[in-house]
Amino acid sequence: MKHIKVLNERKLQETVKKGGCGECQASCQSACKTSCTVANQTCENR
Amino acid sequence: MIHRFESNGHRLMLDVNSSSVCDLDEISYKLLPFIGKNMQRSLPVEASKSLSRYTHDELSETWNELFELKQNGRLFSPDIYGKYKNVGDKAPIKSMCLNVAHDCNLRCSYCFASTGNFGGERKLMSFSVGKKAIDFLIAHAGNRRQLEIDLFGGEPMMNFDVVKKLVAYGREAEKKAGKVIRFTTTTNALLLDDERIDFINREMYNVVLSIDGRQAIHDKMRPRADGTGSYETILANIKRLVNNRKSGTCYVRGTFTRENLDFSKDVLSLADEGFQDISIEPVILPKDHPLALREEDLPRIFEEYDTLANEIIHRQREGRGFNFFHFMIDMEHGPCAIKLLRGCGCGNEYIAVTPEGDIYPCHQFVGNEDFKMGSVLDQSVDQSMKDTFSKANIFTKDKCNDCWAKFFCSGGCNANNHAMQGNILAPFDISCALERKRLECALMIQSELQTNA
Repeated sequence: MKHIKVLNERKLQETVKKGGCGECQASCQSACKTSCTVANQTCENR
Repeated sequence: MIHRFESNGHRLMLDVNSSSVCDLDEISYKLLPFIGKNMQRSLPVEASKSLSRYTHDELSETWNELFELKQNGRLFSPDIYGKYKNVGDKAPIKSMCLNVAHDCNLRCSYCFASTGNFGGERKLMSFSVGKKAIDFLIAHAGNRRQLEIDLFGGEPMMNFDVVKKLVAYGREAEKKAGKVIRFTTTTNALLLDDERIDFINREMYNVVLSIDGRQAIHDKMRPRADGTGSYETILANIKRLVNNRKSGTCYVRGTFTRENLDFSKDVLSLADEGFQDISIEPVILPKDHPLALREEDLPRIFEEYDTLANEIIHRQREGRGFNFFHFMIDMEHGPCAIKLLRGCGCGNEYIAVTPEGDIYPCHQFVGNEDFKMGSVLDQSVDQSMKDTFSKANIFTKDKCNDCWAKFFCSGGCNANNHAMQGNILAPFDISCALERKRLECALMIQSELQTNA
């Protein structure tokens, strides 16, 4: 496209197909312990 | 729903329900207000009239590209997630914050745990209680394979002998149960000697090392019990651990308060010391505390995040980049939508256990008797409280419904919500504003590094 650059391939709606396995890290067990940025966790089931 | 914003010369658009992020040129950015979920293939007359400085051909060409995005599920994509809102019900418990020490050798001014004792008596966890906590986790983990135990405090290294025994016990227990336990720890680093460093680097999947940045800030906020500064000892210990770490993640983590609203200098001070993975986070304190962040501080804090974002880009280009935790977003391999609907899972999939064996929804609730939800000693769990926490998601938090950031923060911190608003379902406005600003910075950084590589 000439006017638009899409920065990510992934579409969130497609992740529900094999999502919800629950194996990923609880976000508060990462570097924060006081606040959540859940989106920087990594999927364990890709 | 979309969010469009300009930052550092970029015009960016986030399509909320697909989490697609686009860098737009001027004309496509200006066409966005003419688009909604009922977008049609042909350019609307009102767009043509309002944007008459562009030719019809230019506008039509751009409109076609935007329509292609729409057809491709990346623009005003529908919200399909309502049917997944109860997926977290009756979830197994798979993650535990194990408070092995309700005691600390520092006296941090902003400590949420009342300088380590969580408002109770100073106490270390016995091996017997810790063992029961591990048994509890395995017994309640259902079909979850990967379990997490964060060895936390107070200062967990004050109870190192028990920590060693618990990890050894966990290694046996995980094999018997066919599980994998990822041990992590959060330490202030004051007691780190060669033995502790070797142990942590061998056994811990992740380690969080607490340090606030510049020496003057750190020593003022994180003094020892005798009032003297702790920076020099802690910095040397952390460097030793980081330099000897062969695998696994490792963060240096600090807190900023009203006293250091120029906290980008603290982040950069840690980067200048050679640390690669850094987190400096906003303090959470009652509104009347002198160190608490106030609404009037927001413009200054936003400025600081912008400064930091630009410096990160600059250093990345010079080959000396570093990671700032709250600007990190995995846009390709992040959590699935189902996880993002409900976030941290505290009180449902994630619990905290005290030295007495009491269970709380997370470490931030420890000491608040209203939230005591069971005991690992008799394996009891208040199912009604667990059910309440399982319903904390972006659908039950009213403020999240129309927020563009909901699939990044997943409704924020329930403990913070309760502490500030008295309701786990009521996100705290200052925290939300900070989260949204950090996300804009994070998206801008990704765009800048991709488009102007």
